[in-house]
Amino acid sequence: MLANLLRLFRYRGLIRILVARELKARYRGSALGFLWSFVNPLLLLLVYSFVFTNIIDRGALAPLEPYAVFLFCGLLPWTWFSSSLNESAGVLIVNGDLIKKVVFPVEILPVVTVVSNLCHFVFGLPILLGFLAWHGIPLRPADLVWFPAVVAVQLCLTLGLAMVLAALTVHFRDVKDLLANGLTLWFFSSPILYELSAVPEGARAVMDLNPFAHLAVSYQEIFFHERPFAHGEGLLAVAAGGAGLFLLGYWFFDRLRDSFVEEV
Amino acid sequence: MSAIALDRVSKAYRRYGGRRRFATLKSALLTGSLVRHLRPDESFRALDDVSLTVARGAACGVIGRNGSGKSTLLKLVAGITRPTGGEVRVDGRVSALIELGAGFHPEISGRENVFINGVMLGLSRREIDRRFDEIVDFAELEDFIDAPVKTYSSGMYMRLGFAVAVHVDPDILLVDEVLAVGDEGFSLKCLDKFAEFKRRGKTILLVTHALSMVERFCDEAVWLDAGRKRLVGDPRRVVQMYLADVEGAEDAHLAAEDARAQQGTAAARGAPPAAAAPPGPAPAEDPRVAETSPSTGAPSVAETSAGDGPPPSEPASGGAPPAVAQPSTETPLAPEASPAAEAAGDDETPADAAAPPGDDETPADAAAPPGDEPPPDMFKAGEGRWGSGTVRIEHVALEGPQGAARVFHSGEPMTIRMRVVADRPVADFAFGVSIFSTDGVCCYGTNTHIEELEPKGIDGAGEVAFVIDRLDLVAGTYKLDVAVHKRDGFSYDYHRLLYTFRVKSTARDVGIYRPRHAWRFSGNIRFKTPEP
Repeated sequence: MLANLLRLFRYRGLIRILVARELKARYRGSALGFLWSFVNPLLLLLVYSFVFTNIIDRGALAPLEPYAVFLFCGLLPWTWFSSSLNESAGVLIVNGDLIKKVVFPVEILPVVTVVSNLCHFVFGLPILLGFLAWHGIPLRPADLVWFPAVVAVQLCLTLGLAMVLAALTVHFRDVKDLLANGLTLWFFSSPILYELSAVPEGARAVMDLNPFAHLAVSYQEIFFHERPFAHGEGLLAVAAGGAGLFLLGYWFFDRLRDSFVEEV
Repeated sequence: MSAIALDRVSKAYRRYGGRRRFATLKSALLTGSLVRHLRPDESFRALDDVSLTVARGAACGVIGRNGSGKSTLLKLVAGITRPTGGEVRVDGRVSALIELGAGFHPEISGRENVFINGVMLGLSRREIDRRFDEIVDFAELEDFIDAPVKTYSSGMYMRLGFAVAVHVDPDILLVDEVLAVGDEGFSLKCLDKFAEFKRRGKTILLVTHALSMVERFCDEAVWLDAGRKRLVGDPRRVVQMYLADVEGAEDAHLAAEDARAQQGTAAARGAPPAAAAPPGPAPAEDPRVAETSPSTGAPSVAETSAGDGPPPSEPASGGAPPAVAQPSTETPLAPEASPAAEAAGDDETPADAAAPPGDDETPADAAAPPGDEPPPDMFKAGEGRWGSGTVRIEHVALEGPQGAARVFHSGEPMTIRMRVVADRPVADFAFGVSIFSTDGVCCYGTNTHIEELEPKGIDGAGEVAFVIDRLDLVAGTYKLDVAVHKRDGFSYDYHRLLYTFRVKSTARDVGIYRPRHAWRFSGNIRFKTPEP
C-alpha cells in the first residue's frame, strides 16, 4: 500500500494534465466559458443571501452582519466538498473505458475530481475577497496563515471520502442516490447558514462530530470574525481525522482495485 | 530471454446472474455480507492454467473462437487485470492497442488529447513534443488536429488513437483486433508499422480472427479453446488445426439449424401447406427441382450423372431451361435409365444403411401431409415442406469425401443422399434437387424428368443419391431443395430450403460458380514468380 501511495505521487504529472483537461473541457462551448467559475458561486451566493436577508427572518442570527460574507465563508468550501463527493461517486463508472481498456492508475480519477473542484474553489476566492473589501472587513495576516492549513485538512478529508465513495459506487450503484440526500442533510446540519453558537446545547455534541462543522467554523474565523483565529483545537482534531480517513479510504480503494475492471 | 512469460496462469471472472445481480447496498447491509459480496464467489474461468512464453523479438498470434480467453490473455499481459492464479512476467515497456482512443475527451481538441493520451500511455511531455508531428502525420489528421475530438468521425478517432499508441515506442506491442481501422490505405500503413516493429526486434502479441495475418506475420501461434491452451507452434500448422476444428463445429451447427427448420415445418404441417403462396407460375412447372435415380423398388441404388450417362443426347440435361413437364402421358416406362442405374450400384450400401451417423432424424415420419392444395411457387416460397406424402423423402444427408458433412471445400465431391419411402406402388414420379444461394439465387436445379429418365415404378423404401463430382461453387452458404413429385409437378414431398451447407475456399474469387480454369499469357506478359 505504501508503494502504491508513492506511486500516487509519481503520477502528479498525469494528475496535473487531467485536472487541466477537466477544467478546460468543463466550460468548453459555453459563452461565458471560464467565467462560469466565478459566476456560479456568485449566483449561488446572491440567491442564498436574498432569501435569508429579505424573505426569511433570521431572528437569532441578526448579529451576523454582513450576512452575505458569513454565508460565503461556509458556502464556498461546501460547494467544493459536495461537488467533489458527488462527482467522485460516479467517476469510475464514467471512465469505465479507461479502467477496462488501458493500463491506468485508477486511484487518480477521484483525486483528479477533488483537485479540479479545489481549483473552482480557488477561483471563487476573489469573489469572497471582493465582498470583504466591499464591506470594509480587514484581513488579518495572522489569521490568513491558517488558511492553507484549513484547505489542506479539507483536501485530506475530501480525498479520503472520495476514495471510499468511488470504490463503493462501483459495487453498489445506490450510493449515488444515498449520497445526494445525505449531502443535503449534511449541509443543513453544518453551521453554514447559521452560527455554531446558535446550536442548542444538546445538539452540540453531535455537531462536534461533524468534521465539516469545524472546517466551516475555521473559514468563518479566518474571514468573517474580527477576533483572532480561535478554532485551533477543532481543526487539529479534524486534521487527525482527515489524515486517518485518507489512509483508510486509500486502503479500502486499494483492496477493491482489482474488482473494478470486472464490475465497472 | 523471454519478453512475456505466463506461468500456469488462471483468471476467474465473477459470474453474473443468480442472487448476485440484484445485490444492492441494502441487502448487503441487511445480511451483513458487505465484505463477502465484494469477494468473487461463483466464478467462471476465462483462462485456465495457461503457460506461454514469447521470446524477445517474436511475433505471436493468439487465435481461438469468441470467448476462448484471447482478450483476457491480452489484458493480463497488459496489466489491466491480474491473474487469479499463476504468474505473468512482462519485461519491457508495453503498449496495448486494445481500445483505441480510450481516454480521449470529446470536448477538447485532438492536439490536447494526443498529449493527454501520450502521458497516460507513459510518455513524458517532451517525448510527445518530439513525436507530435509524426503522430499527426501518421493519423492523416493535419487539418483537423485542432478541432474537438467529438467532431471526428469514428475512423478519424481510431486513427488518432492508433497513431498515439504505436508512437509510444513500446518494447512489447499488444494488438487486439484493431486492424479494421480506417480504410484500405490506412490498414496497409498499420501493417507496415507492425512490420517495422518486427524488424526492430520488438515483441508483438496479436489477437485476431484474421488467420491469414497470423500465418503471414507471426513466428508462432497459440490456439486457445475455452480458456485452455490447445496448441502452440508453427502458425500454419496451428491455423490449419484450428480451421479443421471450426469446420467440425460448423457442421454440427448447420445440422442443428436444419433440424430446427425441419421441426418447424413438421409442426406446421396439417395446416394447409404454405397457403400464402402466390398463385404465380403454375405449381406444376419447375424444372429446377428433381433429379435422377429412379430407384426401383427396394434396395437397389441407381445413379445417373447429369453430364454423361443415360440421358441420351438431347438438350434437356444441359441446363436447358424448363422443358417442363407437360401434363404428360403417364407412361410408366423408363427404358434406358434403369440399366444404367442398376449398373452404378457399385459400392453403395443398400438404402437404410446409408443413413449417416449424424442422425439428425427429421421428424418427417409418417404424418403424410394432407396436401392437395396447390404447392407454393418455389421461387418465392420460404423454407418449408409440402406434398401429398404418397412418396416421401424421409431423410436427407450430405456427404463429403470424409463422410457426413455440412462444410465442403470448393471443388470437392458432394453426395446428397435421400432415403425415400412409397406407401404404395407409384409409377409417375421424378426426383429433383436444386441449390440456392442464401440470397435466393438458384445456382442449379434439375430433376430426373428434365434429364429424361422415364419412371417405371417405386414401392417401399429406397435410396436416391445425387452425386456431384466437383462442387465448383465459390465460398458461401447454400441451401438445398429436394423433392419427389409427379412429372407434371404435383408434389409428393417437397423439402424447400431445409438443408444448409457451406462451401469454403482459400481463393477469394466472387460470384457463385467457379469454372475450372487457367490463365495463359503470351511471352511478353510476365508475372513475378511467387516467393517460396
